[in-house]
Amino acid sequence: MSIPEVIERVRARFSEAVQEVVEFRGETTLVVRREALVEICRFLRDDPGCPFNLLSDLCAVDYWPERPRFAVNYHLYSLPRNLRLRVKVFLGEEDPVVPTVTGIWPTANWHEREVYDLFGIRFEGHPDLRRILLPEDWEGHPLRRDHPLVVEPVQFSFNWQEIDARKPYARE
Amino acid sequence: MGAVSEPLKAYGASAPGQKSGEIGVALTTLEEALEWVSSWARTRAMWPLLFGLACCAIEMMATQASHYDLSRFGMEIMRASPRQADLMIVAGRVSRKMAPVVRRLYDQMTEPKWVIAMGDCASTGGVFNNYAIVQGVDEIIPVDVYVSGCPPRPEGLIDGIVRLHEKIRRGNRSR
Repeated sequence: MSIPEVIERVRARFSEAVQEVVEFRGETTLVVRREALVEICRFLRDDPGCPFNLLSDLCAVDYWPERPRFAVNYHLYSLPRNLRLRVKVFLGEEDPVVPTVTGIWPTANWHEREVYDLFGIRFEGHPDLRRILLPEDWEGHPLRRDHPLVVEPVQFSFNWQEIDARKPYARE
Repeated sequence: MGAVSEPLKAYGASAPGQKSGEIGVALTTLEEALEWVSSWARTRAMWPLLFGLACCAIEMMATQASHYDLSRFGMEIMRASPRQADLMIVAGRVSRKMAPVVRRLYDQMTEPKWVIAMGDCASTGGVFNNYAIVQGVDEIIPVDVYVSGCPPRPEGLIDGIVRLHEKIRRGNRSR
């Protein structure tokens, strides 16, 4: 079984949920609707012809200022067939919520926590949605494109004193 | 009689005020001598904290290894416990999540204690001018010596340590 056959089966089963199929340099991306994401993922994992039994990565992209703003990517791998497939779901800025897939691939637990930590995308039904990399009391989500890029202006000879006066030096 | 008193006067025995003054001078010089001896001893037996944060730690390990041999400067063993260390070499970039840990380790070290900021990242943040990295470890703990380089070669770190030794022998502290 090959990737086009898998796509065909998914299309036949979830015709209205598959928005787009993109092929680029031998990599196939399945763009799906958020409502059918979990069912499609379960179908792909349990497909007897080509079971995608490994979630090799789960990541997000911020396309700001485009709309819809966010996309969550699920990089699937089929160990028995040596095939790869990417499932993509777009999310709007006002409602960055996506259902969790921890019930399908338990490895998604920490991946989803990382995406939540850095992008602020919430995963509905996640058993333990806390920050994973940043400190617990952190404010904001730094991989969003509207997050400030630098924390301190670059010091040159003409503005060195001005920046130095603002620096919070430690005291004993 | 005059012949007897002349040598006593020469030793200051016949003038009580002058005598006590001389003892005061003697005590001051003793304190200075003790200070000199203790600072000399501190430079000859420093106990660095076994603490590496990033790629600078690799150079720090190379400095301890046989080729550069940090034990020539009296610091061949790194202590894994801050209670037993008096020198913290901040080797690498300090992330904002690591910052409270660094400060806590510094607070746990015994007095007197010194800090070397090794490399550009520990000194200023280096190339990592972003949300995750502290822009210079001197925002968290007071630093005695900054060593530039990315990462500094072992000679650079040894130079920083020798400069710290000079600073300790001068007796002035940063805080």
